[in-house]
Amino acid sequence: MAIIKTEHLTHCYSHGTPFEKTAVKDINLEIDEGELVGVIGHTGSGKSTLIQHLNGLLKPDSGKVYIDGTDIFESKEILQKTRFKVGLVFQYPEYQLFEETVEKDIAFGPRNLGMSEDEIKAAVTHAMESVGLSDKYRHKSPFELSGGQKRRVAIAGVIAMRPKVLILDEPTAGLDPKGRDRILSLIESYHRSEKNTVLLVSHSMEDIAKYASKVLVMNQGTVFSYGTVEETFSRAEEIEKIGLSVPQVTKLFDMLSKSGYEINEHVYDLDRAEKLLMQLISQKGGKRRAE
Amino acid sequence: MDKLIQFQHVSFEYTGDEEGKASVPVLHHVDLAIRQGEFVAVLGHNGSGKSTLAKHINAILRPTDGVVYVEGIDTSDDEMVFEIRQRVGMVFQNPDNQLVATVVEEDVAFGLENLGIAPAEIRRRVDGALHDVGMYDFREHAPHQLSGGQKQRVAIAGIIAMNPKCIVLDEPTAMLDPRGRQEVLKTIRRLNQEHGTTVVFITHFMDEAVSADRVIVVDDGKILMDSTPQEVFRHVEKLKAVGLDVPQVTELAYKLRKNGIPISDDILTVPDFVQAFQKIMEA
Repeated sequence: MAIIKTEHLTHCYSHGTPFEKTAVKDINLEIDEGELVGVIGHTGSGKSTLIQHLNGLLKPDSGKVYIDGTDIFESKEILQKTRFKVGLVFQYPEYQLFEETVEKDIAFGPRNLGMSEDEIKAAVTHAMESVGLSDKYRHKSPFELSGGQKRRVAIAGVIAMRPKVLILDEPTAGLDPKGRDRILSLIESYHRSEKNTVLLVSHSMEDIAKYASKVLVMNQGTVFSYGTVEETFSRAEEIEKIGLSVPQVTKLFDMLSKSGYEINEHVYDLDRAEKLLMQLISQKGGKRRAE
Repeated sequence: MDKLIQFQHVSFEYTGDEEGKASVPVLHHVDLAIRQGEFVAVLGHNGSGKSTLAKHINAILRPTDGVVYVEGIDTSDDEMVFEIRQRVGMVFQNPDNQLVATVVEEDVAFGLENLGIAPAEIRRRVDGALHDVGMYDFREHAPHQLSGGQKQRVAIAGIIAMNPKCIVLDEPTAMLDPRGRQEVLKTIRRLNQEHGTTVVFITHFMDEAVSADRVIVVDDGKILMDSTPQEVFRHVEKLKAVGLDVPQVTELAYKLRKNGIPISDDILTVPDFVQAFQKIMEA
């Protein structure tokens, strides 16, 4: 069953003013439990508006949002529960750290959930492990940490609530390449061990191709496509037409294919690219020996 | 005066202002010369010292040891700070932290007004700068109505209105989406090509560094590499070891070479790769 489902979801900002803008219109989406979904789209494509509906931060002007089969706006109680069920990590979440110690900051959510002290402690430990922070940081001030570490503390604060759905809005923005890889591989292994659903908003097609199982492409307030990584990048040309990029290797294989090399599939990751090129080269070697 | 910026044996440490806090050395004996008109990309992981280095170029920071010259002016000379800042302008990462006025054109005029320049001249320079960054049509907008890329271009306009010889940009694209990144990069490249403005561009995006004239890699407060993009990105393993990355096609060529395929090692773009691959296939 779909863990996330929207029906005819529409949202307008500044309704009834000259600045009225429809941010998302008529979104019908079903995301199955256990997927790691990469979400891409321009600034203004509606992706942030959409994800803020999924834990009830925004209320649709029309349409419905179902989490785990329940309409989240059915009652206040359900909405309240949804906020914990669907964890949302905003952009630059490190700016939201406020407690004296890492432990207290991460414990803030679980405490609001009404967990017992023992449960809170276990949740904090689990969350710190999930983001690769060793126990020695527990009693440190989050403000003494590096930028990448602070961000991991902020993500841990959401993970500690054990959400069934974790949504991260550009978790790698502003990090250096090593920091980017670190965060993404932590998210991937967290996803693998929890088997929960993760939505990852990113501008990097390379990262999405590497980590995601499904890709949601948003354009002008609507869903442009939702499918596997392969299905998505098989539409490379259309995706480039709406102003988004595709991984550099995908472009490379397009160009090789146009130059007359026989390539029968869409390539979006480096390992596959390496194998295919080695095959092409060895076939050529084979041919030459046969001649 | 060919060398616009010169670092001579520059070391810098943040001094521990609180008792018991040791000073933190950041730069170690850096020698560097940047010529007028160059487009230099600076790479390095967070904490490598690249921002500290950049802040020395317009006297936000001064060396603990050694000398930095901007057009021959020693940046440690207190009386010359304004002279230096008119020559070198700086653009920072966060577009929201740099705009001070409520209207775009007023923001661009801010620096000029502080210099006491005549109103007619201010008008001329503000219009010119807004045209240069492609934001003239937005001159009467409020900054909050703009996208991140547009805000950065307004910040750049505020700098070029001062007619600097050099612009230092510290990760100006880090908070932007791909479209915003492209806008900013195009703008800077045009300024460099058409006006001969010297550009020092700090970035974490390797594809942006690829188009520079020169790439400097900073690690542990020292200059680890300083050469053309082709030469720098040839060292795939060395770059990875210091927490950096290379373009996907560069890495792919590297992987093929490791498999014994003699594909060239100066590939930075898709067309580079296709050409090199054709050579292999025709050999």
